[in-house]
Amino acid sequence: MNILSPLIDHFNYFIIIFLMVSGLYVVVARGNMVKKLVGLMLFQTSVYLLYLSPGKILGGTPPIIDENFQIYSNPLPHVLILTAIVVGVATVALGLALVLRINEEYGTIEEDEIFAAEDEDK
Amino acid sequence: MRLDAILRVVAKFVLPFILVFGLYVQFHGDFGPGGGFQAGVIVAAAVFLHAIIFGLDQTKLIVPPVIVETMVPLGVLVFAGVGVAAMLTGSNYLDYSHLAHDQIHGQEWGVFLVEAGVLITVSGTMIAIFYAVAGRDRK
Amino acid sequence: MISSNLPALQVVLPLLGAVLTALVRRGQIAWFIALVVSWTMPMIAFALLKQVLAEGVVSYALGGWAPPLGIEYRVDLVSAYILILVSLMGALVVSYAPRSVASEIAPERQAWFYTMYLLCMCGLLGIAITGDAFNAFVFLEVSSLSTYVLIALGRDRRAILSAYQYLIVGTIGATFYVLGVGLLYVMTGSLNLADIAGRIGDIDNIRPLLAALAFITVGISLKVALFPVHLWLPNAYAFAPSVVTAFLASTATKVAIYLLLRYLFSIFGVVFVFRDLPVTEILITLSVAAMIIASVVAVFQANVKRMLAYSSVAQIGYITLGIALATQTGLTGGIVHIFNHAVMKAALFMAIGCVVFRTGAVKIEDIAGIGRHMPLTMGAFVIAGLALIGVPGTVGFVSKYYLVAAALEKGWWWLAAIIVISSLIAVVYVGRVIEVAWFRDPGAAIRAAREPPLEMLVFTWILTAAIVVLGFDTELTAGIAGRAAEVLLTGMK
Repeated sequence: MNILSPLIDHFNYFIIIFLMVSGLYVVVARGNMVKKLVGLMLFQTSVYLLYLSPGKILGGTPPIIDENFQIYSNPLPHVLILTAIVVGVATVALGLALVLRINEEYGTIEEDEIFAAEDEDK
Repeated sequence: MRLDAILRVVAKFVLPFILVFGLYVQFHGDFGPGGGFQAGVIVAAAVFLHAIIFGLDQTKLIVPPVIVETMVPLGVLVFAGVGVAAMLTGSNYLDYSHLAHDQIHGQEWGVFLVEAGVLITVSGTMIAIFYAVAGRDRK
Repeated sequence: MISSNLPALQVVLPLLGAVLTALVRRGQIAWFIALVVSWTMPMIAFALLKQVLAEGVVSYALGGWAPPLGIEYRVDLVSAYILILVSLMGALVVSYAPRSVASEIAPERQAWFYTMYLLCMCGLLGIAITGDAFNAFVFLEVSSLSTYVLIALGRDRRAILSAYQYLIVGTIGATFYVLGVGLLYVMTGSLNLADIAGRIGDIDNIRPLLAALAFITVGISLKVALFPVHLWLPNAYAFAPSVVTAFLASTATKVAIYLLLRYLFSIFGVVFVFRDLPVTEILITLSVAAMIIASVVAVFQANVKRMLAYSSVAQIGYITLGIALATQTGLTGGIVHIFNHAVMKAALFMAIGCVVFRTGAVKIEDIAGIGRHMPLTMGAFVIAGLALIGVPGTVGFVSKYYLVAAALEKGWWWLAAIIVISSLIAVVYVGRVIEVAWFRDPGAAIRAAREPPLEMLVFTWILTAAIVVLGFDTELTAGIAGRAAEVLLTGMK
């Protein structure tokens, strides 16, 4: 049990690390441009969790002043991550728009096929 | 578009409620969860629903692309304009304290206008993305 | 009222300008708005520098919320230096831009081009001015997202591809950065840079700090295009519109380097980073690799813009070399090279922009003999190229003098030798273009080429003149850089 306790105490960080690494792996390993963006989103999501999970305090309530509640969760990470999510959405939207244009120009969104087409051009 | 009576009738019934709900989320942002981001997406969702049921061309008659593309910068202009107005009252940028006769009302008005700007930009952006992607010719 | 709100105006005006250009949607008017905004920016930056020199650090509480709780705009000597660099380069590039933009970008997209340019400007200035770690991330993404669009506007279809590749790499970099900031926030409970710097010494468990330092350094390095993670840069510079390349090469990587300086020196501190950790060794290895390998690769490029892009990677190596030395002289050399490299790369890319405007050629063999038909343009190219090599009398010599002096101060004569060797490789790749452009017989397309329109020539030559003037009069650049290095080495408090 003692060996497992750091695992259980910090399980949120293990989830974060798992998401982060799998996201990065998808970005690096996949040649499909849409899949790369999916990996990128996964990677970004792990960072959202990194901010949000320490902000939650067990037994804490939303930070609205009330005599009956003394422990509040930290609201700042939520605000930060709202911003980060908007940034992430903008990034993915732009990425998908670029993929659309690439598809129109090259007729494919597989990276190796595009590079092959470029090599023929030269 | 096929004549799909149920979808059309239901959509016509639901659309106003979606829009009202969007406005509710917008104005409730002062007191509880809500605000411009969420409301903007809900309003945009109403437009998407209309486009999916009645076809993109019909929707573009009601919400012309020119208006949508103006909404995107317009919201930012409102947002940044409120900040500049705050500067003109002698406060720091985006410090709404002096926008009205006292600080509380000033802050309330400031946030209200900023949220209005966010609503305009977010809904405009969402619809613009939808138009840009949905309007592409299939190859 | 205006003087007390200068830090906010520095960021808000480009934002307002971007909104207005998006609303008018006519290329000509949009350009005019961008021009007015761009020339206001250096004025504000100089006014801020004056305030900083007179009163010390300028702090501005955004929204009236006092730091460290609210977002603080904080201008010290280092940020004022970067603000001036970015705003001046922006002003010169926009003044140069209209005809080049008109020839390379479709008419209906020109207004959007200026919108994106102003947004990029807003983001870059924001990074330099903000005193808040998360706010810096937001500005980083504002500038990055607009940069991706600017690159994708290039004529070649490969521009879209390089914009996509940059988007992937850039987003990973920004996410790494925000990861590091998150760890710092968890450990210190603050996002205000000065506040973090004050609290970071009290932390006993340094492992999260090491992770934060690693994430932030790697994340920003992706944006800086430090040697092994530079692969996005050559394609992005090569296929972006000429104006965009000139603007990005002189500002975007420089602002990222500023952010790196902030974290390494002001936040984590010289002792923690350079004495307790082997950052000096790592950074010097990477910088030297950049200086040698990227220069060698530049020699073998067929495309002039790509060649200059690889040379940028090498020149960034000089800057990080100065940072890695972490001595007064070395840091001065690094910081002064930020400015000097911006000036000479902007001049080079502007000169190439003129060539592209008249002939459409970017391959080296296609511009054979162009020196005889566009002597003024290629003259500017030669002078800027000499600066790239580091010939005395140009700005390039000033930075290299400081770097070599810093290397010798430490007794590392081999490092001084490497700087000289890298400069010799620069002789090869600059010389190759000069040889082809001046001493080969021109083809038919080149014979028809004339000098570019007046404003393009004038602003290219203003930068070229700056290369020579600042090469002799080092007070403005090296003087401020030296004091900025002092500020960095003494920490934020």
